[in-house]
Amino acid sequence: MNNLTGEYLLELKKVCVSYTPGKNAVNNVSADILPNTITAIMGPSGCGKSTLLRAINRMHELYPNIVTTGEILLKGKDVLKMNPSEVRRMAGMVFQRPNPFPTMSIYDNVIAGYGLNGIRLKKSEKDEIVETSLRNVALWDEVKDSMTKKGSFLSGGQQQRLCIARALALKPELLLMDEPTSALDPISTNRIEELLLELKEQFTIVIVTHNTSQAARISNYSMFMYLGDLVEYDTTKQMFTKPKDKRTEDYLTGVFG
Amino acid sequence: MGFKSDIKYRSAADKVFFGVICFFTALTMVPLFLILWELLKKGYKQFNVNLFTEVAPTSMDAMLAKMSSELIPGGVLNGITGGLLIIVVAIVIAIPIGIMAGIYLADNPKGIFSGSVRYLADLVQGTPSIVIGIIAYAWVVKPLHSYSALAGSVALAIMMLPLIIRSTEETLKMLPASLKEAGLALGASYTNVVIKILLPSAFGGLFTGILLAISRIMGETAPLMLTALGASIINWDIYKPTSAIPLLIWEFYQNPNLVDLIWSSSLLLLLIILTLNLTAKSIARKWKIQ
Repeated sequence: MNNLTGEYLLELKKVCVSYTPGKNAVNNVSADILPNTITAIMGPSGCGKSTLLRAINRMHELYPNIVTTGEILLKGKDVLKMNPSEVRRMAGMVFQRPNPFPTMSIYDNVIAGYGLNGIRLKKSEKDEIVETSLRNVALWDEVKDSMTKKGSFLSGGQQQRLCIARALALKPELLLMDEPTSALDPISTNRIEELLLELKEQFTIVIVTHNTSQAARISNYSMFMYLGDLVEYDTTKQMFTKPKDKRTEDYLTGVFG
Repeated sequence: MGFKSDIKYRSAADKVFFGVICFFTALTMVPLFLILWELLKKGYKQFNVNLFTEVAPTSMDAMLAKMSSELIPGGVLNGITGGLLIIVVAIVIAIPIGIMAGIYLADNPKGIFSGSVRYLADLVQGTPSIVIGIIAYAWVVKPLHSYSALAGSVALAIMMLPLIIRSTEETLKMLPASLKEAGLALGASYTNVVIKILLPSAFGGLFTGILLAISRIMGETAPLMLTALGASIINWDIYKPTSAIPLLIWEFYQNPNLVDLIWSSSLLLLLIILTLNLTAKSIARKWKIQ
């Protein structure tokens, strides 16, 4: 791939992740990601796509048996050598199932990242961040009159947009999304896909999806992973029209998966 | 026997068996109602405002009242305040320790240390309360050279601990892992995730566990006899002997002039415990983890 700007936001260099010693769930993955793009990671279940995504913001450290090796550079800095808290603020994450904090109001959910990191803000600053973040996810008009209600009162799709707003509130460089629409209905899914296309202007997005048509609809670049290996990484157009690898072609045409 | 009559026989047998099950299930409720009935019947006369506003009567006052066939004067106020003091201090001791141990166990389900803690908590729960009373006597009464509310609180706190530890652990385990991950993914420290996300989300379960632990120790008498001892006055000093309702019931029982008071005070104790249990149930229902 050509690097037109000469500056990648995220560089993966020989990244390996293993759950049990000697067996890599992600095997020697190297890839560079340009800013303000959407990159989709596709592949059948168990191919390591979520595992790779969670290596980027070091979520694997929750589980001591998981070992990550290689280099992951975020804006040129090795995330494996940074403070995990700093990494996770730079790389926000959205999960498969909407997970707003059940005890917090909608407002508090959006601003939660600041409180949780011990950052104190003035009321006016908070208001501004909450409004901007909710406008970013097109939720502002729907919830502006019910900010004190619990986040769990919202519909599934609204909850997921709330979770995206919560991640965006910290102004991350990178947004990691782990099958964010797989628990949602088609209408909510469509709204979130439109949203991602808008968010691309401000953020860089890496999205794991098992839905190949979703990758085709929204992503600029696509990765195809199989059994822990990165089989192919190219522009989405190239991959969906002329895949180089037989396995990619078989997956995209539905021979397996 | 033909097929049809066999079917008839079988369905009749089913009905009889079902009836027997219903009968014995209903039977389990009988003791509670019988106890309540007995306490009401014998205690309603003494169950009045004085019970809550006056301290326990002296043997002499009670005897005089009995001779002129009046109601025995006085109440159990010193038991109510004393019990409150002992239990509040016990809660202050047991809650932080119990909740922190519960957090540890929920976060580290495996391992020798967790296993031992869990096993020991179960053992403490099965330890006779009189033994715990003796331990509190040796730990607190002896060194301080005095029976005290504090000693009673230590004994009751030890009895509460296993209940709080296990209820905290079970509640936290019920929280979805995604909640913890969501917090950490925002860059929060483990401490902040526990304090600002997990504990508030588990509040209903924790509170229920604490209420049940309180109602469990509310009626304990044996450990208090060796520690708080009892007092005929209202005492708010944790270093001095203090009364509690169960201790008063025990004292009334031993004194022929006061023995009529055991019914009203038992009724009060039972009502307090029932209320605590019902409150715990309704909170558990209202704050159920979704």
